[in-house]
Order: sequence, then structure tokens, then C-alpha cells
Amino acid sequence: MGDFTYTIWIFILPIAAFLITGLFGSKMPAKVSGWIGTASITVALMLALRTAYQYFIQVGFVEGHRPTVFAYKEVWMNFTETLTFDMGILIDPISVMMLVVVTFISFMVHVYSIGYMKGDKGYYRFFAFLSLFSVSMLGLVVATNIFQMYFFWELVGVSSYLLIGFYYDKPSAVAAAKKAFIVTRFADLGFLIGILLLSYHAGTFDFMTLVSEDGPLLAQSAPPVFMGLSIFGVALSLIFIGGAGKSAMFPLHIWLPDAMEGPTPVSALIHAATMVVAGVYLVARLFPAYHGVDGGVVLNLVAWTGAISSLFAAIIAMTQDDIKRVLAFSTMSQIGYMMLSLGVSGMEGHHGLGYMASMFHLFTHAMFKALLFLGAGSVIHAVHSNLMSDMGGLHKHMKITSWTFLIACLAISGIPIFSGFFSKDEILVAAFEHNKVLWAIEYIVAGITAFYMFRIYFGIFWGKRREYHHTPHESPMVMAIPLMILAALTMVVGWAIPFGNYVMPDRMAYHGHIEWSLAIPSVAIGALGIFVAYIFYFKETSLPEKVSSAFGQSYGWAKDKFYFDEIYQFFAHKMMFAGVAAPIAWFDRHVVDGFMNGVGWMTETFSYLLEGWQSGKVRQYGFSFVAGLLVILFAVLYLNGFIDFKG
Amino acid sequence: MDILSLLVVIPVITVLVLFFINDNQMVRIISALGIGIETILTLFIAKGFMAERAAGNSSEFLFTRDTVWFESLNIHYFVGIDGIALAMLLLTAIVLLAGIFISWNIEDLTKEFYVSLIILGTGVFGFFISLDLFTMFLFYEVAVIPMYLLIGIWGTGPKEYAAMKLTLMLMGASAVLLVSILGIYYYSGMTFNMQEIAQMEMPIHAQRFFFPLAFVGFGVLGALFPFHTWSPDGHASAPTAVSMLHAGVLMKLGTYGAFRVAMYLMPQAANEYSTFFMGLAAIGVIYGAFGAIRQTDLKYINAYSSVSHLGLIFFGMMALNKTAYTGAVLQMISHGLMTAVFFALIGMLYGRTHTRDVRKMGGLLKILPFIAVVYVIIGMASLGLPGLSGFVAEMNIFVGAFQNPDFIHRVFSVLAVSAIVVTAVYILRVVGMMLMGPVKNEAFYKLPKAVWYERVGALLVLLPVIAIGLAPMWLTTLIQESLGHIVEHLAAYGH
Repeated sequence: MGDFTYTIWIFILPIAAFLITGLFGSKMPAKVSGWIGTASITVALMLALRTAYQYFIQVGFVEGHRPTVFAYKEVWMNFTETLTFDMGILIDPISVMMLVVVTFISFMVHVYSIGYMKGDKGYYRFFAFLSLFSVSMLGLVVATNIFQMYFFWELVGVSSYLLIGFYYDKPSAVAAAKKAFIVTRFADLGFLIGILLLSYHAGTFDFMTLVSEDGPLLAQSAPPVFMGLSIFGVALSLIFIGGAGKSAMFPLHIWLPDAMEGPTPVSALIHAATMVVAGVYLVARLFPAYHGVDGGVVLNLVAWTGAISSLFAAIIAMTQDDIKRVLAFSTMSQIGYMMLSLGVSGMEGHHGLGYMASMFHLFTHAMFKALLFLGAGSVIHAVHSNLMSDMGGLHKHMKITSWTFLIACLAISGIPIFSGFFSKDEILVAAFEHNKVLWAIEYIVAGITAFYMFRIYFGIFWGKRREYHHTPHESPMVMAIPLMILAALTMVVGWAIPFGNYVMPDRMAYHGHIEWSLAIPSVAIGALGIFVAYIFYFKETSLPEKVSSAFGQSYGWAKDKFYFDEIYQFFAHKMMFAGVAAPIAWFDRHVVDGFMNGVGWMTETFSYLLEGWQSGKVRQYGFSFVAGLLVILFAVLYLNGFIDFKG
Repeated sequence: MDILSLLVVIPVITVLVLFFINDNQMVRIISALGIGIETILTLFIAKGFMAERAAGNSSEFLFTRDTVWFESLNIHYFVGIDGIALAMLLLTAIVLLAGIFISWNIEDLTKEFYVSLIILGTGVFGFFISLDLFTMFLFYEVAVIPMYLLIGIWGTGPKEYAAMKLTLMLMGASAVLLVSILGIYYYSGMTFNMQEIAQMEMPIHAQRFFFPLAFVGFGVLGALFPFHTWSPDGHASAPTAVSMLHAGVLMKLGTYGAFRVAMYLMPQAANEYSTFFMGLAAIGVIYGAFGAIRQTDLKYINAYSSVSHLGLIFFGMMALNKTAYTGAVLQMISHGLMTAVFFALIGMLYGRTHTRDVRKMGGLLKILPFIAVVYVIIGMASLGLPGLSGFVAEMNIFVGAFQNPDFIHRVFSVLAVSAIVVTAVYILRVVGMMLMGPVKNEAFYKLPKAVWYERVGALLVLLPVIAIGLAPMWLTTLIQESLGHIVEHLAAYGH
């Protein structure tokens, strides 16, 4: 199987970078902290690539299957003799793929940030947080058990919080960070309860046992307890809520657009390529369980959540003016594709196409979406605005950014040669074979995606030429080179990597081919979307206004994101704050404390009533004394039978 | 003299020495020295304890010493510790030492302050090593009384009201407790020896009567809902070090006592009442968290947060299994450390800004980076972030609570678990309002940064929070080893 113990260094290096830059960053030159962070992630990337080479090529197949290797597995804490909380490094196809994706995108973002964050007073803090995020995300992907995943899941959540709120003196950034944390935390409540249910009913947290065919979930059929779901179905649904929250799936998506308050490289790394796909990864990790428990009912939930999210987000993306928000909704939409693809997948051979396609799309999306965000960052860097209405005609000023952005837009629109075409085609095939309605939704979304992506592409780089205060110029090479590398990969990885050979649910080799009967129509609708965007936005016309006013009210609804923020606001503020917290505060002060004060008052009043007895007058005391003595004497005599009333 | 009694003797000697010193600086140094030695002694005891355990000594209590005190009433001075008591001793030593450093700038009646503080500490140490109910109760009162003076003299705001309220409620609870202790004494054949009482079986009707008295009697000090209202007022008026010690250690006397006396001595009744008290605790958990959301005074926020976190301890106890007990004890340690840091930081902020109203602060991260960063870390520990002690404790409690598939238990457990969201809301609200955002007051720019004794005090308590959060095994093992007897005992009655 080979020795994978060196993988521990993939974690140690970013931890060291985090500690050094976090503790001493303020005392060293800003540049140094950037270099420390970048150096550590560079080595981590090398090691991840070495792991991938060793695992996929050198180890390859063992008895026809890709094996599972535990590089480490130690008990971290024990709940009972049998139920333990382990920490370890799990090596299998998807974890190795994610190791590469996370370290690679993190590396690109580190390099890019050296230029992008230059001169920022929180420079060292930024790199410390990036290292913290990287190590948390890596810990998440190699988790050997669901509790370890939850551990790092929360840590990526807090890194995301810190980075969204990076510009902490800006109230909108603080609010966005808080919102992201609390919404995902709410979803994580479901995740945690799911884990806790498994702790009792399955008696293990271990992924390998949970998904094994003779494990507690799949071997026995548990009786239904809630809406036809067995207890395992309930637990998996709850766990999926956690995944949906992290992956910004409808209706838990409201934090993602606001998260764009963070610095743009952060949006590229966390809110496009890595953290937000954690939900997809979670479902993939537990895929055999989702597929097997209760006949795959929960998997249907996954598929429909994905489909609705992707359509919903795509519609909103058409109307937004802030380019980062367009990209955020586009991310949500593309993750919807991945979720749907998992949802329609089976286990064996060709039936496992959806699973493979989902992971493939995760892989290609990470590259082209990071490229889009970094490109957007380059544009924002040049014009100091996020709004498309402040941009236009930038192609002649920023050639590299423009060309690389175009490549990414072609990839996400599913145009052949570019990576997105290959992964999206597989998703559409899997959906078509499973459920035509789901396929139709995704087919339409493919067209909308091409339209809104080219809407911003033409809007930024072509369209109306604007007057700028400072003539915009191309970003420095340290920012441009990551763009070029990502663009090159976006053109290559789709056709150069036989993904089915590496990642399949049954761990066997699968040789996919392009289903032209479905691919041609989807390329056509993508091209149509681009064409419409070209007519609308390539030159400045009044067409967009006319069309949007033709949609009337419904255009406004989409632009206001279908009022989900307001609905949540209502629940959070009116219901929880005013409806629960305020009455509790009142109750506590007036009823609970009032009762205690009442007891005190009663004691006091009682003592006033008795005050007269403590008069200090000797004759009164003497009277009481004699009277008491007589009563006692009488009582003693009576009790001893000296006095008998019956006579 | 045996080593455990030294824990009581050293503070007493320190106090006696302090009587002869009039220089404030010397008073501080002597106090720090005395409690420093105490802390080292505690570590030494911990080392000895683990060595004994490693050598295979499996008796329930180690370092025991039993001396007859009052022959006629069969009162003994009986001390000894198990892993749980040891953990509480470590907590006490750390928090007390940190409290001494944090109070370095007290100039009014310095000597009297430190004397009261150390007497309080003596009571706490004595309480945790006692195995005789009478001795335990004695030390309990020694710990509670100085509180009245400390708040009434060195406090702020409506301090007389707060001191009075706190003392009266705790004294009321003591009265209930005394009845219960005497009842246990009577029904267990006139002995105060807890180890002996635990071995015999008290008549069930007596357990039914005295268990609630003991549990609630101690519960008041542990801010068990609905007997928690002394805590917000008391904390709000108390000086910093007193809040630290009170919330960090003294309230643990309540939870520890509820465990050691009520649960341990009357397991049968514990089983019978468990659902009721579990429900009460679960309500307290969520109630305290929601209570904290609305507050604007930092100390009130923290007091309500304590109601929530201490509720989890009672909740864990009532889940009646080893995992949840471990979690409950861990939560005692974890909450003790966290809340001590919180109160220390609040004291530092109040000393500078002269306000505890979060609405009046803002942007302090930029001005007071050390205080702010520690506040964020400890806030994260409080909301159960992995890698910090709160997570370890909460997960043990939650996993333990879920080991009972009974429907009503599930409902209570889900209620308690859902507090993790509410906690996040009030923690992030404070962090957002107070530390982030624009600086609201120009005068804040001139605030002095944290000084050495503040840093020492805060880090002393913060570092264990991180250490436990990253490597919990040694502590959970220590606790689990000591739970064997209690769990067996409880298991005999149904669970």
C-alpha cells in the first residue's frame, strides 16, 4: 500500500505558519509573514501532489478497487470503551483529490494575495487566517470519522468568520461575518444532532464502518420513526442540513452573498473553491449510506435541493449589479449542480456516473471559479468598485485579466475544450438517465448561466467606455501569473484527466465518453445564452432595460433576492429577539426575581410584625417568661398523665 | 501532616503573615507567593496522584486521612481526593492565582481585600478535599461568608443590595442543605463519612425526601434555574477578582456538591428524579442563553451565559451515565476557566472605559489588541469551538445525553443542544458591537494597553482552556477513572 505517514507534514506546516505569523506577525516586516504563509503552503502542495501520484499511480488498484489507507488514526478522546473520537488521515480517491484541490487553490490565492493585500495594515493577520483556514479545510477532507469532520467543519466556519470580518471596522463586514457564522451554525445544529443520533443508534462515528455494507446503517433495516424515514434516514437528513448550510443551498444560502464583504482572494478560496463545497464532500463521503438507507429517499432530497438551488441562484444572478455577488450566486448554482449530481447517482459501474460527475465538477469548478474571483479581484483592484455599472471597456486596459476571465466564462458556460464542458456534460447525462424533470431544470440553468456570465464579461470588459479617475492598468505579475496558470489548467484538465479512472463510488475504473446526443443541445443552449448576452451587453443599448421592465414586478423580486433576507430577518428579530428573548428577560426580572424579592419582603414584613416582642422592657420579658414556663409545665404534666381532662 | 491538609494550612499561614504587613506592595507579593506555593503544591499532588494510579492503586480516594474530631457526634476530619476533586483543586489554584494578579491595582484596604480573598480560597480548597459531610459543610460556609464582605466593601453599583441578596439566597440554600445533611446523617446510622454512606443504602423514603433538598440546596449556588437570580446582580456589583473566583470556582461548589452529596449518596432517588431535574436543567440552558441575548451590561451577559453553561453541568449529571458525567465535570473545569477569563477581561475593560455597556463601546480590537484577542478566543471557547475546552466538555455531555433513546430525554437533549446556536448569537453580538466596528468614542484612543499583571492573570487561565481543548485525553481519563464507583452505584438502580 505504500507509506503515507509523510502526509502529516501537509498539516504541520500550515499550523506552524499560523502560529508564527499569528503570534509574532506584528513584530516582523509585513512581507515576511506573507512569505512564511506562502512557503508553507507551497511545500504542502508539493506533498499533496506527491500523495496523489503515489496513491493514484503507484498504488493504483488493489484487487480491482482503489484502496482505503489510514495514514494515521489515533484516539483523541474516548466517550465510552467502544465509542471513540479519533483523529487521523484517511487516504482514498476523494480525499486525495481534495488535498490537491485545497492546497493548489490555497497556493494560488497565497501568491495572488501577496500582490492584492500589499499595503494593507492587517497583512500579517490576513496570512495567519489563511493558514488557519487551510489547515482546517485539510483536516476536514482527510477526516477518518464524522466527528473529526465536525471538528474541522467548525474550524473552517470560524476561519470564514474571521476572514469575512477581516475589515472589522466596516459595519457591513462585521454584520456579514456574524450572519455567515450564525446561519451555518444553525445548520450545524442539524449536523450535530445527526451525529449524536448516530452515536447511539450506530455506535460508531467511523466513516468506513458507516458506509460499509455490513455496517450498522446498511446491513439492517431499521423501522420507520418519522415520515417514513428510519432513525438512520433522519440522522442522514439532519447531517445533510449541515452540509446544505455550509454549501449555501436553498434555503440556507442567505449568508453567501453577504460573505463577499471579505477580501476577494478569500472569496476565491473559501467561498468559491473549497469551504462551500464541504457540503458536497460530506454527502460524497457518506454516499453509500445516503444511497442505501431507506431506499435512497434522502438522496432524492439532496437531488431536489441541488436542483432548486441551482435554478433559484441562476435567476437571481441575472439581476445583480455587484460582480462578486453575481459570482456568489453562480457558485451557489454550480454547487447545486454538484448536489443534484450526487442525488441522481447510483453505486455500480455506469450508474455511479453522477457521483463521478459531481466530484469532477467540484474539481473543475474550483479552478474556473477561483479564476473568476481572482479576475474579479484584479478588476476591483483596478477600478476600486464592485459594481458593474462602474465598469466597462476594460479589455484594452487589462488584457491578461480579460482573456483569462473569458476562458473561465467559456468553461462555466459549458463550451467544449474548456473544463466545465466535460464535467457539466456528465452531470446532465446522469440527470437525464435518472429523472427528466431534473435534467430539464439543469438544462435551462445551463443557458441562464452562460447568459449571466457573459453579461458580466461584456459589461466589465466591453460595453460602454467609461471615464476613470485613474486610468485602470493591469495588475502586477504576482497577481497575473496565478490567473494565467488557472486559465491554462481550465483549458486542459477537462479532457486531459480521465476522471472516471480515479474517482468512482465503487472504486473501480470507469471509462466515460461524451454523450453527444445530450452534449450538442447543451452546448447549443450555452451558445444561445452567450449570444443573447452579446446582443444585450457587448455594445451599450437600451435593450436590457426594456427586457427587464417587460418582466415588471418579477424582475424586482429577483433583484431583491426573493426577499429571503427579509424573511430571515423577521424570524430572527421579530420572533426570536422580540418574541422569545424579550419575554424571557421580562419574566426573569419580574417573575423569577420578583418571587425571590417577594420572599425577602415577606420575611421583612414578618419581622416587623414580631418587632413588638423585642421591646427591651424587662416586665414584658418577665411576663413572657412566666407565661411560657406555665405552658411548658402544663404540657409536661399533661403528657405524663398528671392531668386528665376526662376527669 | 498529610499533604492534602497542607492545602488548607498554606493559605491560613499566608493570611496570618498578612496581618503583620502594612505595605500594600508587600501584601500583594506575599499573597502571590503564598498562592503560588499553593499552586505548585497542587501540581505536585496531581503528579503524585497520577503516579499512584499508574502504579495500580485503584482505591476510590487517595491521600486519605481520617481523624476523629467530635467523638460524641461521630464527626471526623476526613479528607481524600479522587480524580474529580483533583481536577477541581487544579482549577481553584489557577483561578485564585490569576485573581491575585488581576487585583494588583486595588488600593483601598488592600490587605483586607487579599485576606478575604484568600480566606475564601481556603474554604474552597477545604471543601474539595473533604470526605466528611460535616467538614465539607463547614468549609462551604467559610467560602461563602467572605463573599458578603468582598462585594459589600469593594463592589460597585448597588452593592449593598446585591451583597445582601446574594448572601441571603445562599444562606437560605445553606439552611436547606443543612437539613438535608442532618437527614442523611440520621438515616445512615449517625455517620458523616461519605464513603461509608455511599456503601450502605439509605431507606428510599428518606432519599426521596432529602435528595431534592440536597440537590436544590447546592443547586442554588450553582445557579440552577429558577434559583439563579442572585447571580446577575451579585456579579454585576462584585469586584473583578471576586467575580472571577465566584463564577469560576465558588459556583462549582454548588455543582460539585450536588454531584458528590446528592447524586453520590442517594443514587436511587437520583434515578427517580432524573427526568424532572434534567428538564429543569435543559430549560435553564436555553433560558440562560436567551436571557443573555437581551442584556447590554457585559457582566449581566456573562452571568446569564453562566446560567446556561452551568445548566449544562446539571443536565449532564442527570443524564446518568459515565460519558455525560465526564462531560459535566469537564464543563465545571471549562466553565470555571472561561468565566474567570471573561470576568478578568470585563474588569480590565471597565477599569479603562468606565462602562460595561456594550452599546457604548466599539472598535476596541484596534486599541486594546491583547484584551480583544483574548476575549474573542474565550468567546469562541464559550460557544463550543473545537480545539478549546468548551467543545470537549459539551460533546461529552451531548453524547452522554443521547445514549438514552427515551422520547422525553431526546426532547430535553435537543433543547439543550440547540443552545449552541443561541450562544453563538450572544457571543458574536458582543464581539461585533464591542470589539469590531468603528471606534465610538474618541477618548478610547488614549486607553492604556494591558499591563504585565493583567497579561499574566489572563494567560494563566487562558492557556489551560487551549491545552484541554487540544489534548483532552489525560483529563478525561483522570475523570473517568474516578467515576467507576459512582456509575456502578447508579447502575444498580436501573440505568
